[in-house]
Amino acid sequence: MIASTILRADVLVIGGGMAAAWAAIAAAQAGASVVMADKGAVGTSGVTATGGPGHWWVSPDPALRREAIERQEAKALGLGDPEWMARIIDLTWRHLPDIAPFYPFGSDGSGGRYVQGVRGPEYMRALRSLASAAGVTILDHHPAIELLADADGAIVGARGIALDSEDVWDVRAPTTLMATGGCAFRSGLLGSHGNTGDGLLMAAEAGADLSGMEFGPSWSLSPAWSSTRTLPYFAARFFDDAGRELDIPPPKAGHAHLQALGRAMQRGPVLADLSDAPKALPGVLRSIQPLTLAAFERRGIDLWRERFPVRLFGEGTIRGTGGLRVIDDECRTSVPGLFAAGDAATRELVAGASSGGGAVNAAWALSSGRIAGLAAARQAAVSRRPAAITARGLGRVGLRPRRAPQPLELAALAQAVGSAVHGYDQAFQRDKAGLARSAATVDAHWRGLADHARAGGRALVELRAQAAMTATARWSLAAALARGESRGLHVREDAPATDPAKAHRLLVGGLDRVWTRADHPVTQGVAA
Amino acid sequence: MIAALVEDRCTNCNACVRACPGFVFDAGADRPVIARIEACQTCYLCELACEADALWVNPDEASASAPSPAELARSGQLGQIRRDHGWNLPLDAGQLDDYRLLGPLLNEGADIAARRYASRG
Repeated sequence: MIASTILRADVLVIGGGMAAAWAAIAAAQAGASVVMADKGAVGTSGVTATGGPGHWWVSPDPALRREAIERQEAKALGLGDPEWMARIIDLTWRHLPDIAPFYPFGSDGSGGRYVQGVRGPEYMRALRSLASAAGVTILDHHPAIELLADADGAIVGARGIALDSEDVWDVRAPTTLMATGGCAFRSGLLGSHGNTGDGLLMAAEAGADLSGMEFGPSWSLSPAWSSTRTLPYFAARFFDDAGRELDIPPPKAGHAHLQALGRAMQRGPVLADLSDAPKALPGVLRSIQPLTLAAFERRGIDLWRERFPVRLFGEGTIRGTGGLRVIDDECRTSVPGLFAAGDAATRELVAGASSGGGAVNAAWALSSGRIAGLAAARQAAVSRRPAAITARGLGRVGLRPRRAPQPLELAALAQAVGSAVHGYDQAFQRDKAGLARSAATVDAHWRGLADHARAGGRALVELRAQAAMTATARWSLAAALARGESRGLHVREDAPATDPAKAHRLLVGGLDRVWTRADHPVTQGVAA
Repeated sequence: MIAALVEDRCTNCNACVRACPGFVFDAGADRPVIARIEACQTCYLCELACEADALWVNPDEASASAPSPAELARSGQLGQIRRDHGWNLPLDAGQLDDYRLLGPLLNEGADIAARRYASRG
């Protein structure tokens, strides 16, 4: 790809959601010149923009914080890190109020302002404003396609496509920060269409490894016609289309709730009945979540009185835990010059084997963004920047196929990869045979892509998204096969017990050949 | 998906072109063009960005059918999301004063379901 636009910066942030924005803001406030390149538009990109994240919010009382960390460590099932938990609680408490100049904080009901929960569109608008005010150069609709490396293999920037002109852009920076979010495999989950794992693929092509990819899948309940927030459905009763009530364990049952719903949906339509909803909810849903209500009003449905069909939308690594492995306390990946933050990084440090739930996940996105942004700015300040850097592009699939280019049927591919990860028929009952079948299906698609896929312009952007979802599915399935036990979000029907000997993280990586290995804590060796 | 761009309301300001996370719109001579509808994720954020209240998203993620412009105008739905959000109000207008109720209402719903399940016959 020959670039028509070349920019230089101290820090290149790839992505445009919550973690990317906090990273760019932190780096710029530390004095770095920052370019933020996003596939979508900063302010509307990513799952935060349509969401409403509550943040892990614990006041700086040492006893309260200790207690919060102990509770979270228990949920993490041996894979969390209490020091990381303490850091993200503290950073979130200190920095979420930074958005105040641009965010309409509401009342806390007792004379103060309510800070910990923020509505997505207003939050991302505020982060964009804060980034602009800090001097960040924002490139909307500029998806990155591949990372660039110098002769030593260190990352020195990225190349991508400007969606409007289809010209190639090229940003050179001594540090690059991957904050492209999680991968929802185009399940239709609200706000996730752009969350295709692009950053995981780019980083893996540079040699980065991943961790925690087995911790999933999970699903979000919504009306059958489109994904919404889930607030209205927590007290729902469920019926089949003959009007018989279904025996569904409550949402607090976690996997059992989703599994029962998924199995019922395999048998036929499932209808939700919201007549048991909290009495105060109908009166305030419009002012809390206008978008949720629009999904019903525009179809002429009174959601509180009429039953309506529901289905489950896969959440991929957005609710699941895995992502790029972080090798130190400043969010470096295993590739020199490359940092990771938010859902693109593994959240195991704070969530362990479970999903952090919204609050811990939002605190992670904010805090890992700030940590990575500051560290990248510091590293850029001390790195020598030659006037002209010769760099090679590391992208392979879609750019440099192994064999003769051929057209591929992408719609069928996306469908197959999505159902291998989220399909009700197998994903609710993970076992060795089913996982191996899914892995073989996805492997075959990967080979087709790696051998024959090639495109340019906007078609290349879509091709890379498909390849990234396929690669992410392969890592998820390989990790799920390798972890022969059940732990947290990873539930194996053929190994339902948690094995104390497996209380370690699991690394996964590779493109042509996918590998896994246990990430045992490094023991201090005695010099021989 | 995005289903209607009401021509006599559109001011051709291109806010939707800039805001759409899926790059669904192209700028046009007289008004934006819905050029890549397959990338629409039914997120309504273009409506929020449209100060002319000229856009309407069908809540069905697979349907781009829309009522006529006259029906849309009568429905009160044009601009409804922007008004519900208080999107263009001053930051101190109290548009998020109910937002703190989200968590408690969510927990209350989960408790209702848990109690009902525990007491089922």
